[in-house]
Amino acid sequence: MSLLDEKQRNAVLRTLNELRRAAPARPGEQYGAPGNGSSLLLSFGTVCVIVALWFLATRNGWIKPLFLPSPQAVWAQIVDVSRDGFADASLLTHIGWSALRVFGAFALAALTAIPVGILMGVNRVARGVFDPLVEFYRPLPPLAYLPLVVIWMGIGEGSKVLLIYLAMFAPLALSARAGVKSVAIEQIHAAYSMGASRGQVLKYVILPAALPEILTGMRIAIGFGWTTLVAAEMVAATAGLGFMVLTASKFMATDVVIMGILMIGVLALLFDLGMRWLERRLVPWKGRG
Amino acid sequence: MSLSLKIHDVSVLYPGQQKGQPVRALSGVNLDIAAGDFVVALGASGCGKTTLLNLMAGFIQPSSGVITLGDYHGLVPARIHGAELRDQVTGPGAERGVVFQKHALLPWLNVIDNVAFGLKLRGIARAERYERAMHFLQLTGLAEFRDHATYQLSGGMQQRVGIARALTNDPKMLLLDEPLGALDALTRERLQELILEIWQRTQKMMFFITHDVEEALFIATRLIIMSPRPGRITHEFAVDFGQRFLECRDARAVKSSPDFIALREQILSIIHGDEEAA
Repeated sequence: MSLLDEKQRNAVLRTLNELRRAAPARPGEQYGAPGNGSSLLLSFGTVCVIVALWFLATRNGWIKPLFLPSPQAVWAQIVDVSRDGFADASLLTHIGWSALRVFGAFALAALTAIPVGILMGVNRVARGVFDPLVEFYRPLPPLAYLPLVVIWMGIGEGSKVLLIYLAMFAPLALSARAGVKSVAIEQIHAAYSMGASRGQVLKYVILPAALPEILTGMRIAIGFGWTTLVAAEMVAATAGLGFMVLTASKFMATDVVIMGILMIGVLALLFDLGMRWLERRLVPWKGRG
Repeated sequence: MSLSLKIHDVSVLYPGQQKGQPVRALSGVNLDIAAGDFVVALGASGCGKTTLLNLMAGFIQPSSGVITLGDYHGLVPARIHGAELRDQVTGPGAERGVVFQKHALLPWLNVIDNVAFGLKLRGIARAERYERAMHFLQLTGLAEFRDHATYQLSGGMQQRVGIARALTNDPKMLLLDEPLGALDALTRERLQELILEIWQRTQKMMFFITHDVEEALFIATRLIIMSPRPGRITHEFAVDFGQRFLECRDARAVKSSPDFIALREQILSIIHGDEEAA
């Protein structure tokens, strides 16, 4: 107490008190709503700072190129690999194969898991049958059952697609099921008391009501797909972004590794932006029903 | 045609939670609703008003007793029994339209598609659907909002959409489950008048649930008061304040007339008695 006189102490206490309270609301904001305000500029700033640090660290030799190659070196690899290819395949071939595996598995998973999830939502028998299967394998890491998939399906395309498919199935099925559960009973009752049949209630009420959750599930699932891609391409692949990264790491070609990571990141980001656009178009009522 | 909805000695038992005693939501309820009746149910919470409405709508089934909706005019008593079995209410149907308190509109459809939804279910072509829906949008004062999203509308307008939607199916009976419960006082009064006008024009059977004694008195032709534990009908009043309003068009005059106030106080004391007994 002897360090501060009373005036200073009061000033400190006042500042502490102000910090304990939420900031006053600006126009268009709600007082106390968590995470008020736009964060776009800050995000842009984060990216700039990271890139700038990357520049500085490599330029001043704080980190050896083996551990972190410079941005210019990575850019040079992008140009180089797209012109001459890497490991006997061009960059577009690598991207093409990976995209084919991820989106092929995604299409198969969406066509099977969403109907299964909806069925689990609307039907007691289907829920009872599928629930233990989905809930058991869902938390397993794909790497754990990769050997089994290889033993069953061999080392061809089948095992790669199956592995990614399995990683996507659970989130898609569970989101479709949760979507079905999110429909308000009043909406269902209203449809029945306007003369709807069970089929019409499913088609015109339950499916549209489940759509926001299904779209969210798709975004989560495609993320799982990219996560699993590298594991899938560990097995006897000759092309693909995951294969490219793994091969480059064997030759300590760190710049190719980073380039591959950036490619996967950009592809995943583009797909996610597309999905968000689709969400705005298809379910503008999300959260406002 | 003289249609009526008959509730014969209906009881509803909900299974008890965790080995508890089963709950008697309704016990021995009898009620006849005839064409042109505007029946309003009023009562303390837990008295089974919503259970009764859900029974009429067909969302739940009675544990005992029968509910029928049919035309019994001119039937000799000996034949009524057979007719009742044929007319028994066993599930929801388009002849009994329901207006909910909230959450019942379909936000992926705009206003006119919500209102025309029942016609779409019946496979009626779009042009005719919209034509008929527009009629009811005009009736409820929503014509200029036909292309709006439902979530852009105020609560009062959303309830008008719900009413227009139920009317578009041309039901024989309208079941309204606290349709104005979430609205502010001014909107509420305007919608009470709108509902009265619709009832006057269409002469549909109405069953309306509310917590609000003034609202109940104002719009009912028959006011039933229910009591909890077990849920049952304890009083019935015949009232005509709604008709008085339709003649004089002065809601405030009707609601401030001495007999309105006297009846309001009488009913309030009945309901307060029930709440204190709880």
